[in-house]
Amino acid sequence: MRFDLQVIASWIEPESRVLDLGCSQGVLLEKLTREKNVRGTGIEQNEAKAGQAIAKGLSVIHGDIYEEVRDYPDLAFDYVVLSQTLQQVIDPSSLIREMLRVGRRCIVSFPNFSYWKHRLQFLLRGRAPVSRELPYEWHDTPNIRVVPIADFKRFCRDLGVPVLREVAIGNHHYDDRGKTVTFLPNLLASYGIFMLGRD
Amino acid sequence: MTAGAPCRITRDMSEYVNAEPRGASVERVQRQEYVMEQGLEVACGQRLAPIRVAYETYGSLNEDKSNAVLVLHALTGDCHAAGHYSDDDAKPGWWDIMIGPGKPLDTDRYFVICSNVLGGCMGSTGPASVNPETGKPFGSDFPVLTIGDMVRVQRRLLEHLGVERLLSAVGGSVGGMQVLEWSVRYPDFVFSAIPLATTSKHSAQAIAFNEVARQAIMADPQWSGGHYYDGARPEHGLAVARMIGHITYLSDESMRQKFDRRLQERCDLSFNFEADFQVESYLRYQGNKFVERFDANSFLYLTKAADYFNLEKEWGDGSLVGAFARASARYLVTSFTSDWLYPTYQSKAMVQAMKKNGLDVSFCEIEAPWGHDAFLLPNERLDNLISGFLERMERELKKEMENGGAGRGGHAL
Repeated sequence: MRFDLQVIASWIEPESRVLDLGCSQGVLLEKLTREKNVRGTGIEQNEAKAGQAIAKGLSVIHGDIYEEVRDYPDLAFDYVVLSQTLQQVIDPSSLIREMLRVGRRCIVSFPNFSYWKHRLQFLLRGRAPVSRELPYEWHDTPNIRVVPIADFKRFCRDLGVPVLREVAIGNHHYDDRGKTVTFLPNLLASYGIFMLGRD
Repeated sequence: MTAGAPCRITRDMSEYVNAEPRGASVERVQRQEYVMEQGLEVACGQRLAPIRVAYETYGSLNEDKSNAVLVLHALTGDCHAAGHYSDDDAKPGWWDIMIGPGKPLDTDRYFVICSNVLGGCMGSTGPASVNPETGKPFGSDFPVLTIGDMVRVQRRLLEHLGVERLLSAVGGSVGGMQVLEWSVRYPDFVFSAIPLATTSKHSAQAIAFNEVARQAIMADPQWSGGHYYDGARPEHGLAVARMIGHITYLSDESMRQKFDRRLQERCDLSFNFEADFQVESYLRYQGNKFVERFDANSFLYLTKAADYFNLEKEWGDGSLVGAFARASARYLVTSFTSDWLYPTYQSKAMVQAMKKNGLDVSFCEIEAPWGHDAFLLPNERLDNLISGFLERMERELKKEMENGGAGRGGHAL
């Protein structure tokens, strides 16, 4: 299991209600259901992934996260998770507001664009960074946003959304091991994970 | 111009598919009958008694009665959902690919029940049945029915079989309407529901196609106002009705792949009104074959019931969210990309209403080019969705029973 998902899982209280936006095949939900007895729901845009998640016995809706999140009543969930999807979101501020409407807490993880390897690539080669965390070329990337940890924090402040927990981690995209980065996280961490609350 | 390849009709698509046999079938099956002597006052106020219900069951009800799965057939289906009647019976039941040992509706685990709907013509009471008051077939004196009437009869059948709760109700198309009706009418009876390729109300387009089909029957002089059972039947009208239905079950792409403009056993256009094209020949063949097994009046009554079905009007005062406020089932909703008879937006509307009620719902729009018929064709995705969902339902029902029934219903939130 991806290390950022392990961190997210550790933040979620047992027996809580969890909505996972962009849940893929439901790895996080499966773990949370099994180990923490949460009531989980996922939304996944890809038919094959959504189908696999449902076939595993998870409650998952095949659809677009913006459209699907709107249908839930206020505070329907304790946690709404958006893991490694923020960089593909067209309108992050309305999505995060919506997440905090349907959920008490929202947890967001994303690849840190200002990671030193990315900076170095751009500085030395003058080309768009391609790394294990951001493995795409400029023309085929699904990522439409570049999100440094420092900018995300400022974004939360501007949005008036309190950051309840944050951790920066260093790991590789599909690596199940990692470490937290406390020293110069905006430079040295490859991912940021934030728990946001209501103001 | 060269002749197209002869049209090989190997698979009868259309709500009553002959899919290639797959895996083991259930043991020899037998059609059974349940008679409700006291009958039922149906929605229009008329009393129907007695009511006969043809049904089949596969597998067996377990000790704590937690494994019953009700299968609801589509418009022109019947209670013969799986298995063979005898060793020389070439054709298995209509959903044999889904029901049987090791299949998604696994008869080693589940007690599967399928009955012919009220108003049908495959053993259950319908317009071709004898009216006890006159000693003659009802014909058009048969009361106009609703999906709710069908479901009420099914409920009595289940009670007769000792089933007190359904692990799941499963069905596609008009069968899916029955699934939805079940879950809203009898929320405590339905632990989970799997409506496939269906809608909570017909669109104007769907009603329009049904009306044209009904007009084809009623315009046939042999229909005789619905009282034709003494003489010739409105076969031509029924065949045309079936042809219309068929078109709505396919898709532009599936018709292009299956027929395109290929000619039927000829090298050139005939310049008369014979079946030049394979698609014409296919529709004629399907129409004529249908006439052998189906009653024209049943077709009228069943299409009318489907057109009348309107979950939000019946149960929600015009609000679909209001209708699902009654429900407590866990749902698996499935639509197919090329189904233009019951397009995905209609399934999404249901899913939305379920979510607004905090119900546990899974939804998948399956990519399939075959139109509405897709739900009856072999599809690995659908198999996996249904078997995974049912396994979870089995676990959750067991857990709920262990907790003395103190569940939160199907409310996920």
